[in-house]
Formats: sequence, structure tokens, C-alpha cells
Amino acid sequence: MSTTDSHNSAPVTSTDIYDLAEAEDAALLKKSAKPLSQGQLVRRRFFRHKAAMISLVVIVLIVAVSFSSMGFLGIPGWWDKSYVTAGAVVNGGAPTLSLIPRWLGGEGIHLGEHPFGQESTGKDYFALVMVGTQRSIIMGVVVGVITTFVGSVIGAVSGYFRGRVDSVLMRITDVVIVIPLLAIAAALGQIAGNIGSSVFLLALMIGLISWTGLARLVRGEILSLREREFVAAAQSMGAGAGRIIFQHLMPNAIGVIVVNATFAIASAILLESSLSFLGFGVRPPETSLGLLISQYQGAFTNRPWLFWWPGGIILAFALAVNFLGDGLRDAFDPRQSHRIRRAGLFDWTGRNKNAPAAAIVPPQVEVQPGPSNPAAPTTEGGYDTDKGGRA
Amino acid sequence: MTAVDPNAAPALAFTDLNVRFATEGGIVHAVKGLSLDVKPGEVVALVGESGSGKSVTSTAAMGLLPANAMVTGEARVGGVNVVGLHEEKVRTMRATEIAMIFQEPMTALNPVLSIEKQLVETFELHDIAYGSDAVDRAIDLLRLVGIPEPEKRIKQYPHQFSGGQRQRIVIAIAISLRPKVIIADEPTTALDVTVQAEILDLLRRLKDELDSGILLITHNMGVVADLADRVAVMFRGSLVETGPVQDVLTNPQHPYTKKLLAAVPRLENVELAETAVVEETIEAPRDLVLRAEDVAIEYQMRGRRFRAVEGVSFDLAKNEILGIVGESGSGKSTIAKAVLGLIPVASGTLAVHGEDLASVSRRRAKEVRRQIGVVFQDPAASLDPRFPIGDVLMEPMIIHRVGTRASRLERAHELLDAVRLPRDVVNRYPHELSGGQRQRVSLARALMLKPELLIADEPTSALDVSVQAAVLEMIKELQQEYAFACLFVSHDLAVVDLLADHVLVMKDGHMVEHGATSSVLHHPQADYTKRLLAAAPVPDPAEQRRRREARRALLASQ
Repeated sequence: MSTTDSHNSAPVTSTDIYDLAEAEDAALLKKSAKPLSQGQLVRRRFFRHKAAMISLVVIVLIVAVSFSSMGFLGIPGWWDKSYVTAGAVVNGGAPTLSLIPRWLGGEGIHLGEHPFGQESTGKDYFALVMVGTQRSIIMGVVVGVITTFVGSVIGAVSGYFRGRVDSVLMRITDVVIVIPLLAIAAALGQIAGNIGSSVFLLALMIGLISWTGLARLVRGEILSLREREFVAAAQSMGAGAGRIIFQHLMPNAIGVIVVNATFAIASAILLESSLSFLGFGVRPPETSLGLLISQYQGAFTNRPWLFWWPGGIILAFALAVNFLGDGLRDAFDPRQSHRIRRAGLFDWTGRNKNAPAAAIVPPQVEVQPGPSNPAAPTTEGGYDTDKGGRA
Repeated sequence: MTAVDPNAAPALAFTDLNVRFATEGGIVHAVKGLSLDVKPGEVVALVGESGSGKSVTSTAAMGLLPANAMVTGEARVGGVNVVGLHEEKVRTMRATEIAMIFQEPMTALNPVLSIEKQLVETFELHDIAYGSDAVDRAIDLLRLVGIPEPEKRIKQYPHQFSGGQRQRIVIAIAISLRPKVIIADEPTTALDVTVQAEILDLLRRLKDELDSGILLITHNMGVVADLADRVAVMFRGSLVETGPVQDVLTNPQHPYTKKLLAAVPRLENVELAETAVVEETIEAPRDLVLRAEDVAIEYQMRGRRFRAVEGVSFDLAKNEILGIVGESGSGKSTIAKAVLGLIPVASGTLAVHGEDLASVSRRRAKEVRRQIGVVFQDPAASLDPRFPIGDVLMEPMIIHRVGTRASRLERAHELLDAVRLPRDVVNRYPHELSGGQRQRVSLARALMLKPELLIADEPTSALDVSVQAAVLEMIKELQQEYAFACLFVSHDLAVVDLLADHVLVMKDGHMVEHGATSSVLHHPQADYTKRLLAAAPVPDPAEQRRRREARRALLASQ
């Protein structure tokens, strides 16, 4: 990258300083590299985050296998067994999946008749778990989308307008917050169950009550963003509230929004599992991961696979989504992640050991120290070599 | 001034100091082989523009560089090399051997602790004094830095002190253990000029009393002339010139120093003594763009009203520049905001082209606003970081539905030419540009709709002097081309003198003086204007000493 050319230049010569402004322009012209937008910078940092990339692979794998195997929306999948038809229990329902190759003394890599085994009535457990995974993923995505949309719009509107609008919206938020999520979800789950055990409906309802956290976060973010001068600049140009909120404020709060959307997905999956486990969620013959765990918790000692498959998938998926959110947060706000050096899980959360620890910044950021300008906030994302000591 | 013993062992000595930062963009060589001494009782000013490495140098001496810094060479504090020294050893040296005065007195003090606790802390941390003994010492310190009634005020909290007093307290903490070296990092930058002059007086007195070496880091040549014995000029990490202050400031050798000094706006030929008022000649008929009559502006804070501006009247015609000057809190920016429609006018008339902004309909107000362009103070904050420059420039046209995509782009190119930026900047993002370039983009954006009125709210105060000079020059040039009226808000009298035709001096929301620049800034009538003019330091040590005496005389006479 050519960003540090100016700093690496050899001893100062008089031609260097012919005119600082002109020198800066020359440097800009010289830069032939394609300009990087904020989004591109974020993407680059994200792709460097190992844990997030591994999580992304895990998520893609789980989604691909679960949807392709059982089919979706009437499209048949490649797995030929149904999750509702019972059959004869073969070999005590033990899993036939084998991952140890023959040359290591195993049975060779093959799926077998019932890779995840069979449950007590002889239903194929792989089919059940895959359908359950589908339900959980749908749940997570629908809740994530609704939460993000409702939460960010309410938060942004309330933060931008402040005053009475803010009071009303935030009191509504408070009311929704004080209702225990599990209790209301249980009540709604009952209704949803009665309506026709539609996972969409349940997701819609959970989504409509779990946006509060995001709304508050976005409001806080917008409250600080709206004091920035680019907002005043847009206002004085005559821009309306809609344009300022959706064109200027929301894109700048995208970090908070995206990161929390991923966390919302993870928590929705866990909530659905809890509800189904408690018996308020999905009803048989429909199935979900939580329901499977609840149904076979008694089988833990003698047929542990009935517990471990759905449990393991919930764990893997929720963990992967959380790591993804972590990676996104680091990508959106590199300063935060490096100032507070979190001891990541096994310390493999993506920081390249050889790479510099601090100062991962967009190139060419220059901070004016704001001489005689006490009110000037420090530049966002800025790392000034001059003030470097305290960045 | 006490003479500095040239043979004394230096209190602070840098030898071939190199600091490199490892960043995402590669290695940044921030300080390149710097060698510099500070003797006891001497003030050495380290000057340079942002990014020159002056703060990195001082931070290296404090041992406070971040983990990604690689330091080679020596930084000796009282004979001990702190480069590579164990963290714990460096910590015990802080405050006893080396102390720091920070730029921002608002944030350098902890708002939830009383001044007493914060002063006593240093004594206790270094095992010097405890309990009432420590409190007595703290009170002595406050007296030393000129806080009135120290016994009573020591119990108070930071917010109960003014900005200048807070900086005095920060200085008191820094000198509490009589360090051999004091690093003052832009100690007066956040302060108003009149307060700045007082703090500089205090520092001058203290360094003689304590016989400490002071490393003064600043970008303000006036402050250098006022306080420093020697000057070291840094440019892009290298020391380009060192020498006695008189030599460097009046007869610079290095081309960069020459350029830097030439870029500093100077306010000369100020007549502070009583003189006859220069009669203003009747002017040719003016094409009025903005007229303010007895304007009052109020802020609403939690139901309470706060009157920020009262009884302000002025007018501004096409092709003129009106400078509004004043210290912080004087209401100068409030006027600019009211003209922009960001704050409503409480009473009086504020009319653009004869249309009172308070009484016109919303749609009409939007039309009126189309005639106004604005440039804000902070070039980093006033451009949306997620918009490429092209979108930034075209936004006013999109909001007012002017032109097609092609014609908008054409206009953007036209204005980029006018502010001398390359046209392909349209695809770049604000963070890729330097501060000066961003401010030029702001200027271009303000002119997109061919406004009749340009509002510039401290447009250069966040910029380095050389860049400031270029931007000011550009405003002048653009005015000649586009013939707009300009409302120029600034705290810097020299900048206003350079640019404005008329000047309005504000204090505490009221007008103090209003008139042609030549009369207000060169033959001031109001005492406040005189004080303001006397407090602004000039980059010439001899001249500055003269002005310091004049200021003392002026203050004594009032």
C-alpha cells in the first residue's frame, strides 16, 4: 500500500516541502490503487478474522446440509427417508455413521442406513435432526430480520427526533422490555401452536418482542452521530428527516446494527430451543432441535446420540453465529477490539500474531489535533502518528 | 529570564531517537533519528505540523508509547535512558523526574474526584507525604499556580473551575514533585487567547522557580515566541532546524521553517492607544444579502431557556466578507447556526434577501436555504464517511432536485477544478484525503448550488498553518469568481484581518464592536477588543516581549 510513502521518505529535501498542500495533492494523484470504501475495508478486516471465517464455513455447511438433505418448500432433498414415518428399529437405533477410515482399523467412511441412528419408534433421526435444524435456522433468520428492522428504525427515529417522539417510543420499549421474554413467548407459542404449529408465526411473534435491546443501542449510537457535523451539513442543505436518518445516520450505525443482528439470531435459536424444550414451542409431529432434546432427555444414558446430535448442532450453530458477530464487530470497529485486548477463546480469535497489534486503521487517515479547537472530537477511526502515543 | 547554564547536564536528552509504528498499512517511521537536549531551566519548543512526530517524541520520553511502537536510540531523563527501561522503573520516574501537562484541561482531570484527591494522589503514590501533610502541600501548590482561596477551593470538583483554572490545576499536579523535566503538550491550544496569555505567564514564572527543563510542544508560533529559549522544528519525523528562538523565528534557515513562518497570519500595525476614530466614508450602494436587526437567539435546555445571543445587528452585502470574532461562549457560532436555520431566532429579524427566516413558510425556507452554502470547522466530521466525494458534492443538488446525474457530475467536476483537486477524487472516500483536502471538498460542496451567501464556521481552525493559508487563499479566490457574500466566524483575529471587510466582535452574546476591519482591528475602541488584540501572541520574540509589556500596562490601567 502506498499510504506510508510520505512517512518513509528519505531525509527531507527542499523540494519535498515546496508546498504542503500541493505535495498532498501529488500524493493523492500518485495513488493508483483503487480507492477503498469503508465497506471494503471492513470486508478485508473481516476476512482476516480466522475465528469468524471458520464460523462462516460451519454455518454455510450446516445450512447447506440441512436444507439440501430434507428439501425445502416442497422441493425434495437428497435424503430419502421421511422424518414422520416410523419403522423397525435396527440395532437398537444406533448411528451407522462412520468417520474412521478402514486403514485405521475403522469401518470406513460411510453414512449407512441411519447415520444419526433411529429414535424409539424407528423414525430416522438424521431426517428429524435436519428438519429441526431447518426450523431453528428459519426461526433465527426471521427473528433476526424482524428484530433488526423494527429495532433499528425505532431506535433511529427516536434518537434523531429526541424530545416527545423519543419519550413515547422509549416508554413503549420499556413496556416491552419489562415483560419477561420467556413468559410471553410461551404464551404466544401456545397460541401459535394452536394456530397450526407454524414456525414462521412463532418467529414473527418472538421477533416482535425482542427488538428492544437493539432499539436502545441504535438510539444511543444515533444520539452521538446526530451531533456530528455532517448531519448539521445535511440539515443546512435542506435535507429532510427521512434522508438524514436513512442515508446518513443508519449507514454510519451499520456496525452496531449488523453485529447485533447476528447476536439476535443466536439468541433466537436458543430461545426457540428453550421454548420447545419447555413444551411451548413447536409440537409434534413437527419437530425442532429443542423439542428433540426435550423428548429424548431421558434417553441420555442409554442412547446418548439422541441427545448429542441436536444438542451439538445447537451449540455449533449458536457458537458460530456468535463468533461471526465477534468478527463483524472487530471488522467494524478495529480500534475497540485492539485497545481492549480480550483474551479470545484459546487466543485464536483471528489476530495474526505477526501483524501489528494496535493501529489497524484505514489508510490515509489523518487527524487534525484541532489546534485552538477544544470542541473538535477526535477523528473517527483516526490514528495520528503525531498523537500516536495515546491513540 | 534567568540565564541557562550551558554546561549543566541536560535534564532531557534525545540521542538518535527512532520511533516506528507497525500498522496495517506497513511500517510508519514517525521519528527519524532525532537528537535534542533540554537543559534545566530552559524552554525548548518542539514545533511542527500534525504528523510531524512531535508528540510521539514526547510520549517516548514518558515511556507511554503504544505496544506497536518500536523505539531505538536514547531518551535520557536526568541521565537515565528510558528507552527499553522496565515499565515499573519508568512508572516511578513519572512525576518525580518527568511530568506532563496535557492539551485538554477538561479531560485531563477526573470529573468525579475533588481537586484535593487528585493533587494528593501524586504525593501518596510516590511515598512523599500523606494525610494533612499532603493536603498542606497541595494547598501550597494551588497557591503557587495562582488559584485564589486555595484552602476553600481545594474541596471543589473540576467542573467548578473555569478552563484556565483547570489548566492551572493540571500544571500544579505536573509540578507537584518538582520534576526535572516538564513536557507541555499544546498546553494552551484549548484555551482562549486571553487565558492563554495568563497560562504562559504562569509557565514562565514556574520554570524559573523550579529550574525544570520544559519541552514545549506546540504548533503556535506566537506561543513559541512568548515562552521558548530554543526552538526545534520537526518535519515528517526529522528535525530540520534547531536554534535560539530569536534566530529561528526571525531568520529561519531551512526552507520548511521559512515556509511555515510565512504561512502564519500576522496582525500588524495595531494601535492600542487612543486614537481618533477613522471616519467611515459613505459607501456605494450595496446589494444586501443578509440583514440582522436586534437579533436574539435562545437555546432550550430541559425546559429552561438560555439566551446565547442578544441585540445583534449587522448587514452583509454581495462580495463582502463579514468576520465574527470572539472567545468561546461568545455566541459567534450561534449566529451562524441561526442563519443556517439550525436554531430558531427568538426575537428580532434575520433576513436573507429581505425574507425573514422566522416568518416564511417551511417550503419557502428550504428555497431560501438553497442560497446558503456552509463550511464547518471540522473537516473530518462534516463529510459523511460513508459517502464517496462525488456523492458528497452532489448531495445538495439531489436534495433540491437540481439537474440530472450527468449535469450534477459536471458541476462537481467544475468545482473540483475550482478548488484544485483532481477530478478522479469523486470516487474516493473522505478518509483518504488529508484535512486540508477535505476542507476544500467542503468548500466545493458549499458552492454547488451557486449560493449567494457562504457561511464559514471556523473553517481553518482545525488545520495546520500552511494548509490554513492555502484554504484562506482559496476562499478569497472563489469569492472573486462567484461573488458570494461570506459570513466568516473565527476566534483568530489574524485570520479575520486577512480576509474580512467588516468585523463584528462578540462577547458573552453581545456585540462589543462592529465596523470596518481596518478600524476595529487596527484602531480598536472597545476595551475588550483591545484586550483581545493584546493577548494574541506574535511569532517574533522581541516584538512579543514588547507586546507582553504593553498588555500588562493595558491590564493595569483598566
